[in-house]
Amino acid sequence: MQVSVYRYNPDSDNAPYMQDLEVDIPAGRDLMVLDVMHLLKEQDETLVFRRSCREGVCGSDGVNMNGKNGLACVTPVSEVATSGKLVIRPLPGLPVIRDLVVDMSMFYAQYERIQPYLMNDEPTTGIERLQSPEEREKLDGLYECILCACCSTSCPSFWWNPDRFVGPAGLLQAYRFLADSRDRATEERLSSLQDPFSVFRCRGIMNCVNVCPKGLNPTRAIGHIRSMLLRRAS
Amino acid sequence: MGRNGVADWLVQRLTAVVLGVYTLWFVGVLLCTPDMDYAAWRGLFAPLWVKGFSLLALLSVVAHAWVGLWTVSTDYFRPTWLRLVFQLTCALVLGYYLLWGIQILRSA
Ligand code: SF4
Repeated sequence: MQVSVYRYNPDSDNAPYMQDLEVDIPAGRDLMVLDVMHLLKEQDETLVFRRSCREGVCGSDGVNMNGKNGLACVTPVSEVATSGKLVIRPLPGLPVIRDLVVDMSMFYAQYERIQPYLMNDEPTTGIERLQSPEEREKLDGLYECILCACCSTSCPSFWWNPDRFVGPAGLLQAYRFLADSRDRATEERLSSLQDPFSVFRCRGIMNCVNVCPKGLNPTRAIGHIRSMLLRRAS
Repeated sequence: MGRNGVADWLVQRLTAVVLGVYTLWFVGVLLCTPDMDYAAWRGLFAPLWVKGFSLLALLSVVAHAWVGLWTVSTDYFRPTWLRLVFQLTCALVLGYYLLWGIQILRSA
């Protein structure tokens, strides 16, 4: 199988280029894209990429495969290389450190900005802060995010304003804490999101929903935040 | 505008509704007036409520266009000077439309 992979080593290359390699996939077998990346690395050990758990839990091998972001470890080659050729690029919109490894600082800065922890200064009672099953249910579809960045790096609004638009992943987490019955900082959280960039740059094109390997729906969470902001203003 | 996203969002939606209603009304009037001549056109704008409605539509165009174009400029124009030139041009053109439109409505 023909594979084209993005290569860039800032120490030795003037510009990024695509390297074409041939990989033998046993007839009748389907591999995950990460397996193919390992086969590539056997041929050319200078190829660099991130990976860890190889089962879609750690979120470190987010790449762009034939134009669509996803986790290489849980994406079958047959699903993306429908034309018979596999094209692997780094996640778009973030600076490339080397080959398929991108600098996620901007992504993490947005995550940090939404204060991803419970804020509650009421005195504790010596036990956990309890939630009813219904309150706990509100966090389903939010807490599962593994911060792989597939969504935010597929979002044009994040490409244009990564420093001001929080992006789908950050906003999903922002809503995860807004929706938490134990959190008391709703007002503070909302007022830091009401400017025209943080939330309102979302145009609802749902690229994020389309790529999330965990099947989460950041667009819906953003809609909830927008409703909370509108309700607060009225 | 440009400080508060909630306000921008609301302005964008409300002005869109005003413009939608105005467009429907206007198309309706045109369809119901097959022989539109100068006198009929003047007569159309004579009632005070039509003037008010037209002014509201004009203000809506200005507000809607400003929020929209400001957003576009902050998405796509990276160099600050280019963004500012674009925003200034928009502001001047929209301001001119507004003053010109008010003048027309006053003299109608
Ligand atoms: S929402 Fe989905 S795509 Fe986005 S960072 Fe979380 S797991 Fe990845």
